[in-house]
Amino acid sequence: MSTANPHTSPRRSATLFALLGLAVLSVAGLSACIGTTPLSIETVIKALTGSPGIDPVLQQIVIDFRLPRILTSILAGAALATAGLMMQTIFRNPLADPFVLGVNSGASLGVAIVLLALAPAGLSLTAGLGVSGQILLILASSGGAAITLFTVLVLSRKVDIMSVLIIGLMISYTVGALVSILMYFSMAERLQSFLSWSFGDYGNVSWTQMRAFAPAIIGALGISLLYVKPLDALLLGERYAESVGTRTQRARITILFAASILAGTVTGFCGPIGFLGIAAPHLSRYLFHTSSHRILIPASILVGALLSLSADFIARGPGLDVSLPLNAITALIGAPVIIAALIKQRNLKRLFG
Amino acid sequence: MNPALHTEHLTATDLSIGYSHRGQETCVAEALELALKAGEFICLLGPNGAGKSTLIRTLAGMQAPLRGSLKLQDQTFHSIPPRERARMISVVLTEALPVGIMDAYSLVALGRHPYSGWLGGLDDTDKERIAWAFKAVGAEGLEGRQIAELSDGERQKVSIARALAQEAQVMLLDEPTAFLDLPRRVELMSILRNLAHREQMGLLLSTHDLDLALRFADRLWMITTDGQLIQGYPEELAMSGEFAAIFANENLDWDAERGSFRAHPDPCLKAHIEGDGIHALWTRRALERLGFGIAKSDEKSALSIQVFDTDDHTAWAVARNGNQATHTTIGQLIDWIRAEDWSSKN
Repeated sequence: MSTANPHTSPRRSATLFALLGLAVLSVAGLSACIGTTPLSIETVIKALTGSPGIDPVLQQIVIDFRLPRILTSILAGAALATAGLMMQTIFRNPLADPFVLGVNSGASLGVAIVLLALAPAGLSLTAGLGVSGQILLILASSGGAAITLFTVLVLSRKVDIMSVLIIGLMISYTVGALVSILMYFSMAERLQSFLSWSFGDYGNVSWTQMRAFAPAIIGALGISLLYVKPLDALLLGERYAESVGTRTQRARITILFAASILAGTVTGFCGPIGFLGIAAPHLSRYLFHTSSHRILIPASILVGALLSLSADFIARGPGLDVSLPLNAITALIGAPVIIAALIKQRNLKRLFG
Repeated sequence: MNPALHTEHLTATDLSIGYSHRGQETCVAEALELALKAGEFICLLGPNGAGKSTLIRTLAGMQAPLRGSLKLQDQTFHSIPPRERARMISVVLTEALPVGIMDAYSLVALGRHPYSGWLGGLDDTDKERIAWAFKAVGAEGLEGRQIAELSDGERQKVSIARALAQEAQVMLLDEPTAFLDLPRRVELMSILRNLAHREQMGLLLSTHDLDLALRFADRLWMITTDGQLIQGYPEELAMSGEFAAIFANENLDWDAERGSFRAHPDPCLKAHIEGDGIHALWTRRALERLGFGIAKSDEKSALSIQVFDTDDHTAWAVARNGNQATHTTIGQLIDWIRAEDWSSKN
């Protein structure tokens, strides 16, 4: 922009994008090297390029375990951040994110139904789930996510913005209650698989599952990029958006559809992962100092990927033998970011672009 | 004659406006015949709740009319695709602007959406038009400022600049002067009137400010509480007593001579004021404010004041029941009047 505002200069944005990209690569590299079997960066590169001198066991560790995990972290972070950003704009609410608005619990219900109720048909998350089972899982979690999101959306037209959060919370509780009832009637081993899902883990996505996971997320991210302009216009509220030629009804439905695919897919495969959806868009706004989605969507994708990789890196406890619940780590990173942003801006509304 | 004055940008035929909720219609006004012409600045007046906002929203296409037809440059309003429509009509609403991270330039740039590509990138024409919009409303220099940091007046200007950037021939504004102080209101009204005249735009503005509407509007539309819409030139409506009929009530009187409303139309005490010029004028205003009527020359009065100039200052000579006093400032006079006992008419 040709204005005197130094915050929005293209040069500054380009530098920030480059730095963020570099940071994502570094943490990804670190994640590839550090683990129960520490590897040097050369070994990792050799394994990736498939050079002849590499130990096949090490190559398998890199290609079949660490690489999918890293890709999953990046995709999941990007997906949750973008879903959060879009929902914050659509609801004009700085605290909207998949978790807060009950979308995660909707997805949980979908997963719970698949894992707990349909399990007698031989489905389980960790083993024996073929590509068709994967698609069923994605459909169930996205469907659950979509149903809660649209319920919130329909109700949100009747009440003010702050009430939407409360409604989202109540829907979370209601769906949570349904999940508990399902759990109560389930067998112990299935319960175990649902519980470990609910802690959040990027390690569940193997290359087979990646075939469903990656296209769903990349596709929905593509849709969100098509809606850059309507998203910008919706910052002004629906009436103004309509007055500059936005087909608001269609835009809102498509954007929420993309958001539920993003949130639903991640939740389905990796479990309910909170806070990334709020923290990454806020950090992006703060870093790039803009409200334009042309900048904020790619920025949120990078920041989300970075936060997500870092959280997974910490969760796996470098130097420790245990692996912590991913959920707990994202909360520990995300909550302070939100508190800091609130304190810095002193005003909830000011946070929001 | 200016031929453009006969181009009708926005026309409504037999228009009924209101709300439809679960099959129940609440009609606010009906059988409206309206035309907003090029180069015309119209003020929409009406008491609270008469339906000014409903009319603006209906004309902007944000609310469906109950009946009747609406045309934008001879095309049926609802058949125009949204993007095309956005190039023909722009709005400034009472809705709050986002106060988060957004600078004035980005906000005004949103007005270029009907022209830009899918990413909203701005080309040279867009940038020129944005710069022009800032200049047209006198908001140059605000480009890099955050919306949240702007004053109400600046925010309103930027908001109008955003609508102007749409390059539409019609602009509808819903009470844009509501939160502004008087000088800012006058400034905004003259900016808008000049825009309408210079750019041959049709501008419709709803306002509560009768005085400014009378001074600036080319024509007035007045909605009454019983759903009528009275149109006319400001002076015509002022003289014909339509103003009085719509806005006056038992406590408020329309003063056709001064073009304003007056409280306390029937004072029991009258004062006689002699003198002319600005001091005498404001002395009359002060007495009216204190509840006095102004006595005609042959009327009996409770108080008489003579405003006169001495060599170096103005003085007020007061006479009441034979008591005389002279004051050298209007403040002294007012304090004296307020200190007197007016409870009996002696």
